[in-house]
Amino acid sequence: MNWRAIWAIASKDVSVALRTRAVVLPLLIVPLVLMVGIPSLVGLISGMANQMAAAESQMADLTRAMPPEFASRYAGLNDVQAGLVYFLVYLFAPMYLVLPLMASAVVAADSFAGEKERKTLEALVYTPTTDRELLLAKVLGALIPGAMVGLGGFVVYTIVANLVALNVVGMLILPNTLWLLLAFFVGPAAAAFGLGVTVIASSRVNSFQEAYQIGSLVVLPIVLLVVGQAMGAFLLSNWLVLLLGIVLWAADAVVFFIASASFRRTALMARI
Amino acid sequence: MAEDAQVVITTEGLTRSFGDNVAVDRLTISIRAGEVFGFLGHNGAGKTTTVRMLNGVIAPTGGSARIFGLDPQTDGARIRARTGVLTETPALDNRLTARATLEYFSDVYGVPRALRRQRVAELLERFELTKRANDKVGGFSKGMRQRLAIARTLVNDPDIIFLDEPTSGLDPVATREVHRLIERLSHRGRTVFLCTHNLAEAERLCDRVAVMARGQVLATGTTRELAAELNRGHRITVEIDTGATERALALFAALPQVSSAEIVGDRAAARNGGTLLLLHGVARPDVPPVIAAAATAGLNVYRVEPVDSSLEDVYFALQGQ
Repeated sequence: MNWRAIWAIASKDVSVALRTRAVVLPLLIVPLVLMVGIPSLVGLISGMANQMAAAESQMADLTRAMPPEFASRYAGLNDVQAGLVYFLVYLFAPMYLVLPLMASAVVAADSFAGEKERKTLEALVYTPTTDRELLLAKVLGALIPGAMVGLGGFVVYTIVANLVALNVVGMLILPNTLWLLLAFFVGPAAAAFGLGVTVIASSRVNSFQEAYQIGSLVVLPIVLLVVGQAMGAFLLSNWLVLLLGIVLWAADAVVFFIASASFRRTALMARI
Repeated sequence: MAEDAQVVITTEGLTRSFGDNVAVDRLTISIRAGEVFGFLGHNGAGKTTTVRMLNGVIAPTGGSARIFGLDPQTDGARIRARTGVLTETPALDNRLTARATLEYFSDVYGVPRALRRQRVAELLERFELTKRANDKVGGFSKGMRQRLAIARTLVNDPDIIFLDEPTSGLDPVATREVHRLIERLSHRGRTVFLCTHNLAEAERLCDRVAVMARGQVLATGTTRELAAELNRGHRITVEIDTGATERALALFAALPQVSSAEIVGDRAAARNGGTLLLLHGVARPDVPPVIAAAATAGLNVYRVEPVDSSLEDVYFALQGQ
């Protein structure tokens, strides 16, 4: 493996992607909305409800499906406080996966389809890198920012959620095992999944926008997770999150097998 | 060019089809080290597809190729380490500076770190980009972009340089600089594979040329060889009095040593009240009897000159135009 070339390509991709408005805007706006905006809003509403002791019956409905350890760990909380903790720790957890998934997809769309669109890919395929080195470089160039945004989002969310919880509940609630699993095991798998799907999409389309739109469709299963949990179909436990991570990593293996087959310079150049 | 110079590119029946369209059809060529080889043809003649196959970035559908004795399909990376390719539309990343572009490709090509700074500085200097080295490429003119793209092609000091329309969009000064560069590369023993429509450029720079049409090589050789092939009989121009033009045309057409005669425009002849006639098929030994016949017929012959075919004549004759 030509690691110098791989690192040169990956670091250049990261560096130029972070100077591109179409890439940077979603990387800033989505984490701000998800990791700061929503928990702050929920905290604000919960704080008001807590003061007015309102809507307790609805909160009671919401928290009925909580796991047994929840009741023991958060004993003594009123329904509004328990509802807030339930939302911040459990209900919102799948939404976090949007971050690494979206971030890697948007950088991958710029790195693969964007490079095709700008016609700069041709110069790269004439370099002495092998197909495998080129793919690995491009994957690293998208995976690193995806994982970094995911981890950064986790840190920011932990701070915001704890500030909100301190205000309403009077205690710190994160990180816990479930969120550590999400951030360090499932998040990177989600980033790799978004990236892999975008690589496959990029080999079939010729513009950044098309690739990004197709890559963004992988967010849909996460929406299903959020809705399913909100409707009481299941509750994310540590074991379920672990299982989710294993499934995602297995899906990554399949997606990257397909991606590596589609990323051959001879096939790419035949389409340029 | 020494006849026994090392052959660096050979193809045997190299073919590439895209569906029913045969882009390159049974290409057989051999190119020696240090040669400037012109690959001439209209758009769609198969030039770019050939360059791609020779560098192992697309697969042939038939035939074979060897570059430095290596197969581009199995040793593409080793071949590309020793080649540089200027593509027809050499896109550059507008978000990088000129210096960052060259440093990036130096790293990808594996230029030794100790040499990188010096090589980049030399290329920036050679292509007159030093003053704009730290500016983003997005603000460059077309000529500057082309110069940077050529510099990028040379970043690994390649043994074979593929140049696809290198002077496209360049002003005359920059064009002359590229021509000098190609000559310097050739003097340093580098092989240049020059794809061009610019026949004057090819005639000036190339040791040998191949004329392509619809994926096939129509002819290969030096410009002189191709011209000789085209002009099996020689051509001469003869200046006579304008008033005698019709009589002269009839006389020359009737001579067995002349295959045909026609009027060609010539300002110098017209200023002197003369007309220039082009006589086809006149071999060198036949020139004296043809001129003697004209003198015997009472024609005043002021000037007789041989006409060499240009590469342009050869090219259009081969293309059937």
